[in-house]
Amino acid sequence: MSMMEIKGICKSFGKAQVLKDIDINVEKGDVIAILGPSGSGKTTLLRCINFLEKPDKGSMEFDGVRYDLEHIKRKDIAMIRKKTAFVFQSYNLFANKTALENVTLGLTSARKMGKAEAKEIGMRMLEKVGLAEFKDHYPIQLSGGQQQRVAIARALATDPEIIYFDEPTSALDPELIGEVLLVIRKLAEDGMTMLVVTHEMNFAENVSNKVVFMEDGQLIEKAASKEFFANPKEERAKAFIKNIRSQHDA
Amino acid sequence: MNERIWGILVEGFGKILLASIKVTIPLTIIGFSLAMVIAIIMALVQYAHIPVLKEISRIYIWIFRGTPLLVQLFLAYFGLPKLGIVMEAFPCAVMVFALNEGAYCAETMRSALEAVPEGQMEAGYCVGMNYFQIMRHVVIPQALRTAFPPLSNSVISMLKDTSLAAEITVADMFMSAQKIVGRTYEPLWVYSEVALIYLVFSTILTFIQRYYEKRLSAYNTRSTEVGVKGGTQRS
Ligand SMILES: Nc1ncnc2c1ncn2[C@@H]1O[C@H](COP(=O)(O)OP(=O)(O)O)[C@@H](O)[C@H]1O
Ligand SMILES: [Mg+2]
Repeated sequence: MSMMEIKGICKSFGKAQVLKDIDINVEKGDVIAILGPSGSGKTTLLRCINFLEKPDKGSMEFDGVRYDLEHIKRKDIAMIRKKTAFVFQSYNLFANKTALENVTLGLTSARKMGKAEAKEIGMRMLEKVGLAEFKDHYPIQLSGGQQQRVAIARALATDPEIIYFDEPTSALDPELIGEVLLVIRKLAEDGMTMLVVTHEMNFAENVSNKVVFMEDGQLIEKAASKEFFANPKEERAKAFIKNIRSQHDA
Repeated sequence: MNERIWGILVEGFGKILLASIKVTIPLTIIGFSLAMVIAIIMALVQYAHIPVLKEISRIYIWIFRGTPLLVQLFLAYFGLPKLGIVMEAFPCAVMVFALNEGAYCAETMRSALEAVPEGQMEAGYCVGMNYFQIMRHVVIPQALRTAFPPLSNSVISMLKDTSLAAEITVADMFMSAQKIVGRTYEPLWVYSEVALIYLVFSTILTFIQRYYEKRLSAYNTRSTEVGVKGGTQRS
């Protein structure tokens, strides 16, 4: 059953059309890797479906209700945001909050949950990402990998139906990438629905079940991961995979 | 230094200190607190781009930063009665200091708010918070932290500037010193004494500033010693 379906999303910045008529269908439990060269519109796509940017056109069906993205109401945006979570490339942890407070703020502030209950959930989430003993650390006192894991714990705390990841490991030193990917892989095994923009080809091939390839604001190819990597149909996708694999091996 | 001068200084010390407790300190504290309220409102109105209020705030800041404090004091105390607005000297001084200082602190607060990265606001939206919740829990606390050192400097300048209130008959420390000089003709000794007392006050404020800056730096430092919430320093 489809849990989220987006149709015909278009977005321009000034004269530049950055997204050209994008359709994506997400089923419950899907882990969809969004691939494509830099500047192809991947970040903008995620930002549009979480309303950090306003799409010019398009519609979204979420939990069986269809919304016109051009005229969507504030209260619908707020409602959808409460069922989704976002993990940023640059973590964006709240700088004035400890790791635990980062995880619980969405519960205590946005959902008016009691402190004790929120703390219990927060600790459980920090344990899930292996950072329980860092609960009183401020973001600046954590490594990039730890910050990103706290960000994932923060995303999980609100019990979202879907999590969007925008290149969650791109800002990390190479030796810290593994710990973050491991956490995301565990979420996939638990059946979490995720949309992941990534340049990690092994992750896309082995963890995601579907792949979406974008270039120049267009969705070029959609396929099951195994199929995509074994036999990409589009020339551009082929070239992209080859290129990125050779960079990686170099 | 002879016995006569010593006597003048001892008597003067008591009078000046009394004036500080009755006038200078309350004027600084009340004036600055009101200034902060004005500053935060004016900064938020600009940060949130609220039409009309934003323009009013710009005009207010333009006027109060662009004219001398002493002229503002004279205008309020000697000028406004011509429009039927009569105030006693002390409340009049509080008002002028609050408005004047508020204009400067509003600019400090506005730039501190703008220095908070956009990603903080976006992260707040993404965990389901609304604008006001994000401002209250994330953006304003971070901006206050950034603004703390310049705001502390503003309090210290304001403490010294309250001496201008003597010009509109407010019986502050400086007025008290002027009276003693008028009686004793010892400007060198008595003005030195009052200068020294101002110096002691601003030094105390500087120490308070340092102490709180250390505590507030918790999330700006990598040292885990002060990093843990609340810190462990003596009070
Ligand atoms: N806020 C913006 N204003 C103007 N142009 C933007 C903005 N954000 C992104 N773009 C442009 O949109 C295009 C797609 O960007 P982005 O979605 O970040 O690509 P990707 O994430 O695939 O690297 C790029 O050409 C980029 O310069
Ligand atoms: Mg991007």
